Amino acid sequence: MGFGRYVLQRLLLVIPTLFGVTLIAFTLTYLLPGNPALVKAGALATPEHVAEIERRMGLDRPVPVQYWRYVTGLLRGDLGESSSTGRPVLEDFRQRIPATLELTLASLIVAVAIGIPFGVLSAVHRDTVLDHLSRLLGVGGVAMPSFWTGLLLLYVFFYLLGVAPAPLGRIAADVTPPTRILGLYVVDALLTANGTALVSSLHHLMLPALTLGFAVMAPLTRMVRATMLEILESDYVTAAWAAGLPRRRVIYGDALRNALIPVITLLGVIFGFLMAGNVVVEMVFAWPGLGHYAVTSLMTKDPGPIQSFVLFVAVMYVLVNLGVDLLYGLADPRIRLR
Amino acid sequence: MTDLLEVRDLTVHFDTEAGLVEAVDGVTFNVRSGEILGVVGESGSGKSVTALALLRLIRPPGRIVQGAVRFEGTDLVGLSEDEMRAVRGTRIAMVFQSPRTALNPVLTVGRQISRLFELHQGASRAEGRTRTIGMLKLVGISEPERRARQYAHQLSGGMCQRVMIAMALATSPRLLLADEPTTGLDVSIAAQILELLRDLGRRTGASILLITHDLGVVAEVCDRVAVMHAGQIVEVGAVRAIFARPLHPYTQALVRSIPRIDRDVTMEPIPGMVPSLLAPPPGCRYADRCPRVLDVCRRDRPAPRAAAPDQEVACHAAEVEDAPARG
Repeated sequence: MGFGRYVLQRLLLVIPTLFGVTLIAFTLTYLLPGNPALVKAGALATPEHVAEIERRMGLDRPVPVQYWRYVTGLLRGDLGESSSTGRPVLEDFRQRIPATLELTLASLIVAVAIGIPFGVLSAVHRDTVLDHLSRLLGVGGVAMPSFWTGLLLLYVFFYLLGVAPAPLGRIAADVTPPTRILGLYVVDALLTANGTALVSSLHHLMLPALTLGFAVMAPLTRMVRATMLEILESDYVTAAWAAGLPRRRVIYGDALRNALIPVITLLGVIFGFLMAGNVVVEMVFAWPGLGHYAVTSLMTKDPGPIQSFVLFVAVMYVLVNLGVDLLYGLADPRIRLR
Repeated sequence: MTDLLEVRDLTVHFDTEAGLVEAVDGVTFNVRSGEILGVVGESGSGKSVTALALLRLIRPPGRIVQGAVRFEGTDLVGLSEDEMRAVRGTRIAMVFQSPRTALNPVLTVGRQISRLFELHQGASRAEGRTRTIGMLKLVGISEPERRARQYAHQLSGGMCQRVMIAMALATSPRLLLADEPTTGLDVSIAAQILELLRDLGRRTGASILLITHDLGVVAEVCDRVAVMHAGQIVEVGAVRAIFARPLHPYTQALVRSIPRIDRDVTMEPIPGMVPSLLAPPPGCRYADRCPRVLDVCRRDRPAPRAAAPDQEVACHAAEVEDAPARG
């Protein structure tokens, strides 16, 4: 009843937001210094040649017209062309998004699998050695820049111990990537029952995921700890103890279920951050993802990819927020059944 | 009547950063089978802490320093945590002050009751559900099937308290601790809840420890009453006796502070505040507020003395006719 309306409301709100996003993405590249026509024409081009390219790219038209063409192009799936790869940006994105998504999801799993239990243990064993240890680990994760963590892990696990592969992409050079279904190597390998590819892609995913997961774990642990501390003092947890419920059930059932509701928001933020912000780690591990692509495009002042990257990040945040709102509704009956 | 619960010299301290708070100090009382004992006192007098201590739910920095809680012949203070858990919910249950916050917001109210049947009585999920509906009906909730599927935020405060009572009585405890069960409810709803508690207590034979700051509530439903002040019990006795002849100056002040419309007497508030429980001075903790304070009051803590067949008072100044002092 109420929930359907809530979902519809959220969905409708996405439309004006997306409109604003395209406006900003467009304006940003318009304001960016440097003439893309000049970049495309090359340093030795004649002014006539540059003007010709400008005309072909539509840069001589009034700004609103340019914007209109940009938006209608977007609706047709036309993100422009990359002058450095010479291919449609959409094509480049399709190739790189799965790599970044795979790394993001794996890092998120690492962060959740370590961060949440540590947060709970910290709260339950407040002010004990365990609590201090978990907080120290959290501070470490925030304080260490991820390129440094990445290099450190590489030094230990690749160079010293030799248990990790060389940081050269998503899969070993002599292993054929699995047949593309989603583009996530691990998932595709699982779906096609390709054991060799599965092992190799997991092997390559391990260190970068650990690096990023470690970096984003701290806020998760802190939030779980803080919410759990508050909830463990709440009336309904006292009531659960008083009703004779077993310890595990009170802590992981009654308390944690409530503590995880605000964590959904944080997970959304972390997801967005990882999708847009793991440039450094992609560089360290030569991970062929979006961050890599965005940096290269920035270096060459390639407007199509930059504009599209900004747009992509913004759209992704919009979708993540939508997802967070919907998950909130599912997790919290006070929102679902108002 | 025999004693279901015998509390002897129960003492609870909180080791806070400001110092040691002696929240409950040597509290001694009994709850008899089938009776309703009221525990009355101002906010901060240690009523709720006493109730939580009975269930051993005092969390750090608080702890039970000494005393015995003999329930059905066993001293609960000496039990292991697992043994204690078997008592909670099944033998002793508790109803909380603010029903809405005492119910888990993400579980349906029905689930919160039915899981107790599954946990404590090994009922199947379907059985638990059926019995939950029965319990909801028993506490006077209409449309119990529909209500069972709802969440706390969808119910009124009075309805939530009925659910809490259903939850507490689900596994037929022998003792029900009710901590200000009518706070925050409308007067008429509060009266209904009290009536329900008394009625269910009678029907199930369970004893009830009713914590309240309202002597009117005590007069209405309790058989006996213990008056608490600053973490100590100053007077215990049958409700009738205490209202007819309050012996402790604090009890007298409490009785005088009840607003009355049937007689033309002015209501008298009690002067002063509950004294700080942070390192309280020796002697009687009411001394600073007491109009009849003696020298001895500031030196020695008064021991409870039997004053009448069913009345005990801990006061140096109270007039008690040749009753022997009791340690």
